[in-house]
Amino acid sequence: MTEAILYDVVLPARAPWSRTIRRGEILRIVDLEGQQAVDTLFYNAHDYGERYDAQQTLLAQRRAYIGIGTELISNDGNVLATVVADTCDRHDTVAGACSCEANTVRFGHETRYMHACRENFLVELAKYGMTKRDIVANVNFFMNVPVRPDGELAVVDGVSRPGSSVDLRAEMDLLCAISNCPQVNNPCNGFTPTPIRIVVLRGAAR
Amino acid sequence: MPDSLDGLTPEAYRARYDDLMCAAQANAALFAPSSAETAPVRAIAPDAVVARETIPAGWYWTQTLQRGRTLRIENTSGTPGVAAFFWNARETSERYCMGDTVKIQWTVRPRAGRLLLSDMGRVLVSIVGDTDGIHEPLLGGTLRDPSDDVAARNARENFLLAAGKMGLGKRDIAPCITFFAGVETDASGNFRWSATQPSRGSFVDLRAEMDILIAISNTPHPLAPSRVAAGSIDATVWAAPDFATNDRCRTSTVEARRAFQNTDDLVRA
Repeated sequence: MTEAILYDVVLPARAPWSRTIRRGEILRIVDLEGQQAVDTLFYNAHDYGERYDAQQTLLAQRRAYIGIGTELISNDGNVLATVVADTCDRHDTVAGACSCEANTVRFGHETRYMHACRENFLVELAKYGMTKRDIVANVNFFMNVPVRPDGELAVVDGVSRPGSSVDLRAEMDLLCAISNCPQVNNPCNGFTPTPIRIVVLRGAAR
Repeated sequence: MPDSLDGLTPEAYRARYDDLMCAAQANAALFAPSSAETAPVRAIAPDAVVARETIPAGWYWTQTLQRGRTLRIENTSGTPGVAAFFWNARETSERYCMGDTVKIQWTVRPRAGRLLLSDMGRVLVSIVGDTDGIHEPLLGGTLRDPSDDVAARNARENFLLAAGKMGLGKRDIAPCITFFAGVETDASGNFRWSATQPSRGSFVDLRAEMDILIAISNTPHPLAPSRVAAGSIDATVWAAPDFATNDRCRTSTVEARRAFQNTDDLVRA
């Protein structure tokens, strides 16, 4: 069966993006060159107060990584989207998005004036009347952050290859916001940010 | 120091990152729960106490803490988890940030000597005392379950209530931290409730590093065997002595020193 493509765009390295995804549609994110973190936030398109909740998502699956079958849960306990296909099998929702301010602490004050994901999110969410209060812990597709049994945690080299992709089925009408991560101070983008492809496909609600 | 680090080679960025990661791994032992340096002092000088509260099972409590005040949460009932959230009292869009707290400190085990960081690269509180060192930052609090009766209490609604009474709302609530809850992670990243849990009478001392608002929910960790708190907990606020220049929370790691540089800049301005 041919897939009905409703939308298809290449998002340049370091850029923000957002779009409404209707219930039942499939959001496909393709890591065109591999090892590119894609910082992503989800909101109920009809009530932005309901939004992605990383902790409820981790709790529901009792596992530290997002992969096929993961249900992304909202702060009100509803399913926002389901991972229905995944050729990478390693996505993070623990380590959050980079910011200029966090970079100063993590990597030194000489990194303050470098582009960062929360800069992208602030500008993109402003289109919808949202502010920094609305930036919560996000999903980092294709970002590899092992949580070890001894409690240590680090961003390490990504396992996504050129063309790795993840498909999310929207379980309600969603606003999705993305920052194609510009970080070069850790391995989340292979130290070289690259473009991604974003596709929306017609699907069927479950 | 260069104005910006834009434009280095990938190899140069990797070398910088590897240095930071090696330093963090070398420092991890400083925060081991058995370290003599981390042994907490149970006694609080009675004349230093400025507020006390007993928070009943299932209930919430809010407090404004001035910079330098310390809050002790004592788990007098041995309840399996107490959820907490923090805001900058002067600018509440600045608040506790789970991701920055765990990634900047390279650990999901916040305990004595560690910091709870805001989303603005600053320190909200330092964990200055900690009997058991068993706290959980990733899995959040309880939600209302459809099978709950109307009187059942949960962390989600408690935080809405706590935020509401400080003029804040649903959009001001983000992932929280749960004190006194042991959760293990296996090699595949699966979480499970640990056999090792804090004992009755365990406590944690949180020193405010800027003026903060705090919300506490006496509701269990969501993986705990019971959804109902075992009993009340005690909150005590006291005026802590000025920190020493060699205060371990401020000086143990390069990341801590930089977070305090940002915090001190804010407080001075």
